[in-house]
Amino acid sequence: MKEKATILDKETLNRSIIRIAHEILEKNKGINNLCLIGIRNRGVYLAQRLAENIKKIEGETIPVGILDITLYRDDLTMISSQPVVHKTEIDFDIDDKTVILVDDVLYTGRTVRAALDALVDFGRPKITQLAVLVDRGHRELPIRADFVGKNIPTAKNETIEVRLEESDGKDEVVIIEK
Amino acid sequence: MTWTRKDLLGLEELTQEEIELILNTAESFKEVSSREIKKVPALRGKTVVNLFYEPSTRTRVSFEVAAKRLSADVINIASETSSVRKGETLIDTGKNIQALKADIIVMRHNYSGAAQMLARHLDISVVNAGDGWHEHPTQALLDIFTLKEKLGRVKGLRVTIVGDIAHSRVARSNIWGLTKLGAQVTVCAPKMLIPVGIEQMGAIISHDIDAALKDADALNVLRMQFERDEGAAFPRQMEYFRNFGITRDRLEKASKNIVVMHPGPINRGIEMSSDVADGKNSVILEQVTNGIAVRMAVLFLVAQGRDQAGEAR
Repeated sequence: MKEKATILDKETLNRSIIRIAHEILEKNKGINNLCLIGIRNRGVYLAQRLAENIKKIEGETIPVGILDITLYRDDLTMISSQPVVHKTEIDFDIDDKTVILVDDVLYTGRTVRAALDALVDFGRPKITQLAVLVDRGHRELPIRADFVGKNIPTAKNETIEVRLEESDGKDEVVIIEK
Repeated sequence: MTWTRKDLLGLEELTQEEIELILNTAESFKEVSSREIKKVPALRGKTVVNLFYEPSTRTRVSFEVAAKRLSADVINIASETSSVRKGETLIDTGKNIQALKADIIVMRHNYSGAAQMLARHLDISVVNAGDGWHEHPTQALLDIFTLKEKLGRVKGLRVTIVGDIAHSRVARSNIWGLTKLGAQVTVCAPKMLIPVGIEQMGAIISHDIDAALKDADALNVLRMQFERDEGAAFPRQMEYFRNFGITRDRLEKASKNIVVMHPGPINRGIEMSSDVADGKNSVILEQVTNGIAVRMAVLFLVAQGRDQAGEAR
């Protein structure tokens, strides 16, 4: 395990988030019916930062929800490390809304598949879009992101680690070789 | 902290960390029951068999609801309508259920230790839903979950358990669980309903309900099991109510915020008066709601624990 390179630092990470906030508003023509749902854990912090930026631009607050996808995973019985189940907190109605799912890294697409399944249990959004900080390729499902902070082509033996102030004490994205 | 047990047999054998893991997992599961679609696919394709050798409605229904909200398939077997009546042994029944490729057996049995014995003979998970006078772990877990939710902590709480301690698996599981989490437990009952040696489990003994109520943060009122009446030694109903029944008068002398629990079903006017059962300190129906979350957590964890045990083999 060694750190190969830093892909985003505090400044460039922040710029990516600001750009995605603008892109979300551009694509959806404002904040009408818009809500953000972060996928635990780091997707939640990213969703909150996107909401802050959107507020700076539009002057209004949009709802942010938290989604834990553990119970919807397709590999529950296959993974060796036991996942801890955390709380899902979506205290607003998502029916007919434009829901932006937010996650840190898009990889196989299985997390997003699980998140889409979970959303169905909460209601029927009009549109669901996906925002990720990093897309590292190697998809195993027909899923793509609508908003991407940075595309980083990786080898299978590499991993991407997103570190955020809220959970890791600093903002950066690094590529790690196993 | 990971869960590695295939079974949940009692709280005596669990560590503090394991108990906390169940409680934390239950907290996450509680949200599922508040959704419009109260179902998650976590145990899809798993089969849960409720095997009940003693009459029970609330525990069985609670386990059934919990399993269904996890998308498991549920089969209920009551001993009165099964081949137990034809003389089949418990182990044979268990092996047959295992041969049907069920994944979890939830068992209520009138013999203490029955769940342990079944678990030893089977590869599939066994969850103890009450065995004789021994343990009823999920009831104690939901009591502790409710306490933690109401009072914000368990450590340092003073909890009084009143009623038929001698015949109570609920009392035993509560004493194990509460003391492991750092609460102080007092058991209060007439002398003949306090079992010998209970103080070795870490409980304080009292025969004076007013004194036992005075400094308590919470009160767990057990059901008087008159069906287990053993003759002269057992108190008469009115006599019990007069000396140990929880009334509004008695409660007024206790802490204003005392939490009053009861595992149900209540004998109104025997263990407690109606104004207490329905009063502002009572959390009896919240216990029922929390029971689902706790049992979802237990079913989820033992299913995973079994997979891990399977890998280890």
